[in-house]
Formats: sequence, structure tokens, C-alpha cells
Amino acid sequence: MHGVEPIAGAPAALPPQARFTGVTPARLAVHVYGWLLLLPAAVLLITFTHYPAIATLVDSFYSTPRGRRAAVFVGLDNYQAMLADPVFWRALQNNIIYAASVIPLTVVLALAMAVLINGNIKGRALLRLSFFTPTVLPMIAVANVWLFFYSPGYGLFDQLFGLFGTTTHNWLGDRHTALACLIAVAVWKDAGFFMIFYLAALQQISPQLAEAAAIEGASRWYVFRRITFPLLMPTTLFVLVNAIINSFRLVDHIVVMTEGGPDNTTALLLFYIYEVGFKFWDTAYAATLTVVLLVLLAFLALGQFLLFDRKIHYQ
Amino acid sequence: MSAMQKIRGADIALEAAAAWLLALIWILPLAYAVWAAIHPSEYSAHFAPDAPLTVANFVKAWNAAPFARYFLNTFILVTMILVVQLVLCTLAAYAFARFSFAGRDIAFILVLLQLMIMPDVLIVENYRTMTALGLVDTIPAIGLPYMASAFGIFLLRQTFKTVPHELDEAARIEGAGPLQVLLKVYVPLAKPVYIAYGLVSVSYHWNNFLWPLIVTNSVGTRPLTVGLQIFASSDQGIDWSVITAATLITSAPLLVAFLLFQRQFVQSFMHAGIR
Repeated sequence: MHGVEPIAGAPAALPPQARFTGVTPARLAVHVYGWLLLLPAAVLLITFTHYPAIATLVDSFYSTPRGRRAAVFVGLDNYQAMLADPVFWRALQNNIIYAASVIPLTVVLALAMAVLINGNIKGRALLRLSFFTPTVLPMIAVANVWLFFYSPGYGLFDQLFGLFGTTTHNWLGDRHTALACLIAVAVWKDAGFFMIFYLAALQQISPQLAEAAAIEGASRWYVFRRITFPLLMPTTLFVLVNAIINSFRLVDHIVVMTEGGPDNTTALLLFYIYEVGFKFWDTAYAATLTVVLLVLLAFLALGQFLLFDRKIHYQ
Repeated sequence: MSAMQKIRGADIALEAAAAWLLALIWILPLAYAVWAAIHPSEYSAHFAPDAPLTVANFVKAWNAAPFARYFLNTFILVTMILVVQLVLCTLAAYAFARFSFAGRDIAFILVLLQLMIMPDVLIVENYRTMTALGLVDTIPAIGLPYMASAFGIFLLRQTFKTVPHELDEAARIEGAGPLQVLLKVYVPLAKPVYIAYGLVSVSYHWNNFLWPLIVTNSVGTRPLTVGLQIFASSDQGIDWSVITAATLITSAPLLVAFLLFQRQFVQSFMHAGIR
């Protein structure tokens, strides 16, 4: 056994009293060192992750302090207000539509990009460069460019569709197209990022598998469906989890492009939290909305924990 | 050539066409930004091949907002975050990888929780904390919630665990203490991981927007992303040429670094993802 791990696994196995009776200076040093090394990170993590998560829950049971009026306990009032708030339901619905569109589109495109580049196509480096570039650009910057694309009349989309004689369209001002416009931006931003994980996974797959299948007369589509895709499953899970998180975490483009409008059709949950918390300054209600978001993320965390190989955590 | 090979040939041609079409769409926003930024504004929505070139848009954008100050703020921000992250994550990862202290597994799960419940969604309470600490509208306030990075701790712990015990013990026999062992054995061996993590961290915080928007409200603290948004949304009339020029100015350092060290970037993001 390794020098600094003299009691690996022991504390949990021993009864509580025994844990402290047999402590030698060397063993004690391991505990002290371990905690001292962890301390700086732990302080920051507790202050800015664990404490705020719990404080969010607590604050959701209190009223918003205003002026000299301190916060008072209001029980489930904020939750009742939330259930009666049409904008909350709108934002939740938007977020579900948004996630349900962005996630599959991003994953399918990322996979398609990776498969296309992984073959012996000419100019792979250039293709990869093009696909990956959106990843390093700030969302705030590219959203401004997309804003131009969507401008009615002279924007790129209207110019393009104008060639076919269509009339101008206010893409971001129309409640039927605004959310779709934001979905397009999100897919464009993330597909190339997820592509590289597929690319890495594809390079691990032996080309002999596909060759053998081809000799047997299997079509390329069959090889992909029956051999490649199943082998990529762990990557797909990883990409899915990250795509889901991103669909609840990133609202930069909404701030730039629509501010939740028109008529709240593009308000996502986090954007609504931002609006309630920092434009209306109703912090208690913003906390209540955050609880919903945290519960959603917690379910995802649980799902990930159950789905993924446990060795990720306890290797 | 057999019929089958012909079908395969057609397949491959079709795939190539699809790949290039997709690539064209993906590069289009950047290509447009460059087009609009280097031509006079009457060409911003009019794509004439004989349009004259100009740098006036960049000059105008640079003078219209304190971008030099925003650059400095962003530079201070990403440097501060990265340095603190590297130190904190290294220490914590070392503890998790090589010290079986009481409560280690629970502590590790509590750290991993941050992968799901990120500072990005805890804006309301973190703002309250910053107010209580008197840190609102300071650069440290932008960085503090991100400095103890669960992702960094996890990545380094995985790396430290692959270091052979023999190396560790050899250093100890020579009389090195735990911190010396960390610095002399573990840190040098994890260099590629540090580079990968550094690139991902810098890109993330260079581009981060919502939290900096909330917690800053003056020129002296605003990072580039927030500065760009204030510049682009202020009512000076929509001049796309100037806005795209500002957009390129904001993205330029990362973009240029990416073009120069493409392989390194892609591998870093990949490395950071496959854990």
C-alpha cells in the first residue's frame, strides 16, 4: 500500500468509537493534510454554490424586503403567486420547447459533422475549423450578427427569401418565429463544440469493423446504425447531459436579440429569473423561480448519476 | 467499376456536398461580420464585389466606447480567475487523489454538485452575497463564484490518480514533504491538463456575460462582453458596420489565438470533455 494512504477505506468500516481510539500521529496527519488542502476550495464552493442553493430555498418562503420593511415569512405565498403567474408558465413552456428542439438538433448535427469529417473527405481541416469556430466566439458577439441576419427588409434572411419573391418578415418580432430564431442560434453555437467529442470517439473505433461489415455486403447506413452508433452511446450520453444543461443555463442571446419578447414568447426560465430579480427587483419571487430551475437541474443530476458508469465518480 | 462502387462514389460526392454546405452556413456569421466591418456602411447589406475597403468602422467603434478599458478589465478578470482556479483546484485535487481523509467521498460528491448547479443559475443569491461583502461592481465579484471550479478539481484529480505511487514515494524517501511532492512530482506531470483547462477556462470567462452584466455597473469593472452589449444596444442608430467591427474587436484575441493554435484548442476542449 501507498505511503500516504495508510487507512484507505478504514474509517467507514470501523465503529465510531474505534475510529478515534487508534489514531496515530501519522494517521491524524492524513486527515489534517487532506482537509487543509481542500479548505480554500471548500470555503469558496460553500459560499457561492451550496449556501446560495439553500438560501434560495429559504428565501422563497419569505417576502421581498422593500425599503425599511424587512422580509417576513409568507409560507407558500410565493409559490401560489408563481402557479398563478402566466409568464412563469409561458417561460417554462418556452424552455421545454427550446430544450426539446435545441438538444436533438445539436446532437444530430454534431454527429453528422463528426462522421462527415472522419471520412476521407478533402479539406477536413477547413471543415473542422468552420464547424468549431462558433465555440470560441462570445455568444454576445455572434448574437449581434444574427440580429442583423434576422432584421426585416435588409437582413440576410429577407434578402435571401426576397430572391424568391417573398415579402419581408419581422423574424424576431413575430411571436410565431421568434423562438425558432433563437433555437437556430443556439444550435449553430454548440453543434461544433459537441462535434469534437464525437470526432474523438470515432477515432477510437477500429476501421476494421466497418471494413469487415463492408466485405459482408453491409451498406454504409447499416454499418453506422448497427456498429458505429451503438459504440458512440457513451459520447451521446455525455453530449446530451451537457446540451440539456446549456439549454437551461445560457440566455445571453435572449438579452441581445429579443429581451424575452414579443409577448414573452422567447422568455426562458433563467431569463425570467434575471428579469424578476434585476429589473423588477422582486428577489423573493426570483428565488422561488430559481427553486424550480434547481429542482429541474437536480433531477438531471440524479438522472446522470443513475445513467452513467459509476466509475466516473469512484474510480 | 462495379454498380456497388458507383453507388458508393455517388454517396461520397453527396456527403462532400452536404459537408461543404454545412460548413458554409457555419462560417457565414463570421464571414458576414468581416464583410460588414471592412466595408463602408452602405455596403453592410449590399454585397457588391467591387465594394471599397476601409478601416473606418474599427476606428469609429474603438472611439465610441472605452474598449481599451474593457480589454484591460477582461484581461485582469480571466487572469485572476485562472490563477486562483489553478492553485485551489490543484490543492483540492491532490487531497482527493492522494489523501484518504475522513469524509472524503461525501466531500467529493458535494464538489461535483457544482457541475450541475452552476454559479450561472444562482445569480439572485450570489448578488445578495456580493452586496453583503461590499463587492458589487468590482472585478473580484465577477470571478469569485467561479474560482473553486468543480470541473477543474475533477479533471486534475483524475490526472493525479494516474501518477505512479513509486514516483511519489521516491520523492518522499528523499525527504520531500507533501507540498514539495505535489510541486515536484504531480504538477509537472499534469502540464498538458493544465494547458487544456487553462484554454477552456479563459475562453469561458472571456465570453461570459449574464453574471458580469448583473454585478458590474461602471466602465472601470465591465468586461468586454458587457461593454459590447451596452455599446450595441445604445441608441446611436443601428450602424451594422460599426457594430460588427466592435464584435470583431471583442472576439479578436480568442479568435486569433484559436486560428494560430487550432489543434491545441480542439484537443483541449476535447480533453476537458472526456473525463
